[in-house]
Amino acid sequence: MKPELNITAETLLSVRGLQAWYGKSHILHGVDLDVKRGEIVSLLGRNGAGRSTLLKAIMGAVTTKGEVQFGGQSLGGQKPHRIAHAGIGYVPENRDVFPDLTVRENLILGLKPKGEGRWSMEDIFDLFPVLRTRAETNAGSLSGGEQQMLTICRTLIGDPDLIMVDEPTEGLAPKMVAAVGELLERIAAKGVSILLVEQKLVIALDISHRLYVMGHGEIVFEGTPTGLMNAPEVRAEWLEV
Amino acid sequence: MSAEVITFSLLNGTLYGMLLFLLASGLTLIFSMMGVLNFAHASFFMLGAYFGYEISGIVGFFPALIIAPVLVGLFGALIERYGLRRVHKFGHLGELLFTIGVAFVIEEAIQMIWGRSPMDYQVPEALNFTAFEIFGTGYPAFRLFMLIMSVAIFAGLALLLTRTRVGLIVKASLTHPEMVSMLGHDVPLVFMSVFGVGSALAGVAGVIGGPILITQPSMAAALGPILFVIVVVGGLGSLAGAFIASLLVGFIQTFAVAIDLSVADVFGLIGVTQPPAALGALVSDIWNVSVSQVGPVIPYLLLVVMLIFRPMGLIGKRA
Repeated sequence: MKPELNITAETLLSVRGLQAWYGKSHILHGVDLDVKRGEIVSLLGRNGAGRSTLLKAIMGAVTTKGEVQFGGQSLGGQKPHRIAHAGIGYVPENRDVFPDLTVRENLILGLKPKGEGRWSMEDIFDLFPVLRTRAETNAGSLSGGEQQMLTICRTLIGDPDLIMVDEPTEGLAPKMVAAVGELLERIAAKGVSILLVEQKLVIALDISHRLYVMGHGEIVFEGTPTGLMNAPEVRAEWLEV
Repeated sequence: MSAEVITFSLLNGTLYGMLLFLLASGLTLIFSMMGVLNFAHASFFMLGAYFGYEISGIVGFFPALIIAPVLVGLFGALIERYGLRRVHKFGHLGELLFTIGVAFVIEEAIQMIWGRSPMDYQVPEALNFTAFEIFGTGYPAFRLFMLIMSVAIFAGLALLLTRTRVGLIVKASLTHPEMVSMLGHDVPLVFMSVFGVGSALAGVAGVIGGPILITQPSMAAALGPILFVIVVVGGLGSLAGAFIASLLVGFIQTFAVAIDLSVADVFGLIGVTQPPAALGALVSDIWNVSVSQVGPVIPYLLLVVMLIFRPMGLIGKRA
């Protein structure tokens, strides 16, 4: 089950009027979004609705206009590595492991350069023991699900306060999907906020505190899982195929 | 071929090969990162030789061995930061032309400052003695020093790349720059440093190669093409390939000089002493050409053969 959320928790990430472009195409048309400390927030919507672009825009990887505040500090115009230093972790959708490096080396690259974080290498191995047994093998030889776990863990070991995960269950076997869901809950239990882009409604409803639905580069619904269940018209228009 | 010739050719081949590798390693790292060959790389080597000559005149050879490469490295880093990085958005052709331009500028600048004649860059006194004697011939200590330096730098570079976090960051940045920056690493800084270190390695090669290879404005143009042969034959972007190809080219060039075999000698073995007249003048022209005469061409022949039969190079992944 998802961890209890302290309703008075402070807002960690605050996005206001965010617009984003890929070259000349205008993808995001003014998005407002908040994530509180320790909260699991899901971004739903069809392919092309702009969910992945929103994560990239927060990460500083695409051209943007608008306000992104994190922990009270403005991130506008910052480079991705600075945003990562500020405490935002990003797990891209394509499972970008470094295939020629070993599992351990992949994790070392994610490690926070200074100081102790919430997670040590051992914590990560306890969280997902397969990574321990395969620590010295090349990441490229892991299964799709294991690579997904590795990318999440690699970002986690950098001790972000917010982790943004893009479609982690895409193409995974049902057993692995459940494992990813469980992993996300254990991450949140350590006080890490999660912004999750997810296609599978069941997972999102199960683990999220709050949900946003996106369509055509805008937020078209904001509410709780129960709220979304009670809004069949939203599901019909923006989610169901 | 006598044992003496073989031994000396092996020694000199290894030496020349390792010197080439000092250059090729930097060039191949920079290639992996930018996706284009840096045509100015041999010019950084030449700068190293001139800086080495000039600085050893003031503070002596050994301080110059450190100062000159550092200066060349800084110069390389500045070229990357304020030149290449800006040209990058215009694509590979722009970058390629930029590096060619830099090569010309360096060559012209060197001619303006130091003139066209070769510099009197001598082997330092401290290393100007015979290291050991084999077959009654002495082997110069400076050459041995060059060999030790090159091997030490090779070992250091290998350790840095395979055993340290910095090496991991460099390796991952070459293939997945975006992801690496999302993990909190300053990838542009990594690229600038790689460019700087690669240039500094070329600078080291210049400082230690200058006294042996003659420090003059044409030294970059003489070495540049051989470097491209090495990087292509070894496989674009492969350090291990560059290593093998450097030694290969080193051996080919030193052994070729020592082999006095011609087409006539080969046919002489089976009793044919004159070219058949029917084959005409062309054949009689090449009849007496010895291997040592075509020695300088062999690396390019190797390049052509490689591009035809194995365009990805010995170890490279892309054609």
